Amino acid sequence: MSQNKWKITLKIHRQKEAEAPHFDEFALDVDPDEYVLDAVERVWAFMDRTVCFRHACHHSTCGACGMRVNGVEKLTCITYIRDVTQDGGTLKVEPLRNFPVISDLAVDMGSLYSRLDTVGARSVLPVTQAEAEKKPADWPAGDEQYIRLADCIECGLCISACPSAATSSDYLGPAVLAGAQANGLKRNPELLGLVDTEDGLWRCHSAFECTAVCPSFVDPARRIMDLRKQVFVERFSRVFRRS
Amino acid sequence: MDNKHNLPSPAKFWTWFNPIGRQTGGWAFILNRVTALGLTFYLFLHLVMLGQLAQGPEAYDGFVALMHNPIIIIGELLVVAAGILHGLNGVRIILTTFGVSITRQKQLFYALMAVAVVAILVFGIRMFTA
Ligand code: SF4
Repeated sequence: MSQNKWKITLKIHRQKEAEAPHFDEFALDVDPDEYVLDAVERVWAFMDRTVCFRHACHHSTCGACGMRVNGVEKLTCITYIRDVTQDGGTLKVEPLRNFPVISDLAVDMGSLYSRLDTVGARSVLPVTQAEAEKKPADWPAGDEQYIRLADCIECGLCISACPSAATSSDYLGPAVLAGAQANGLKRNPELLGLVDTEDGLWRCHSAFECTAVCPSFVDPARRIMDLRKQVFVERFSRVFRRS
Repeated sequence: MDNKHNLPSPAKFWTWFNPIGRQTGGWAFILNRVTALGLTFYLFLHLVMLGQLAQGPEAYDGFVALMHNPIIIIGELLVVAAGILHGLNGVRIILTTFGVSITRQKQLFYALMAVAVVAILVFGIRMFTA
């Protein structure tokens, strides 16, 4: 923690039932080494108990505290204030895009969760199927018993940042396509009908914003491209299987 | 509650062109759209111009004289620039779609744009000195 305090203005997006969206401003003294979520919580604790936002774990595991900070999607529990503003500066926090606002900064992420279910995205998976740095060429026998958490923390930042998702409510979105890739077309050929569609893989127009904002190294853009490869291979091999 | 303002909608196509908060891949996305619209507009203009030619030799001579106007040459250079930028950006998309340079798509974009700048300069010099 640093000794010097910064004076910042926290501009929070407000929208309650039937209310037009607007911003409320709060003057705060903060430690620049605090996180953006700490500042929002301080407003809620000491200045305005009606500020509504989602948060839980405070260590980038639950994916609940995704917001737009000065226009860019961030997981606020791991975003240092010093990285997004300066002494005397402004911090503008808004809800994620492309999800309905429930209240203020909280959005309804139901569409993401149900689509992840549709493609069978797994929240835990066998270690032998996980992508890992320095992965052994062959996993030692017996390691099949181990499972690990999937990388995606279902924070929705990628859906919010994707320009294609802004114009199509039916687009599956980066996290969902990444979930389908991790599941694999070989293992789940029925996924082909879901992802090889206009609102599946082919809605992606290579903006790579999903990968740029993903806080959990899922690299959804790379996975989307890999899934395209899987689709080519599957379609191609089906032609030969038929003939 | 009116929370529609935060939902996806085709009417939000203008957000494609907003560079605020976008990163390298997002700028490439914007560039691709802007150049595509420019080239489509040019195609329309080109067809209108060709239509003029059907009106006889005087119209043709007038058209050729107009083509030497520096403003028209700048316009032509813009069309060439849009074609080069759009084409090389397309190369980025094709390569990354096939998994080439996918983890280095930023560097790939900058390298291709450097090639584009050189090509536009070469075309520009040739067009204005011809
Ligand atoms: S892919 Fe990354 S950004 Fe998208 S929901 Fe999962 S963790 Fe969040």
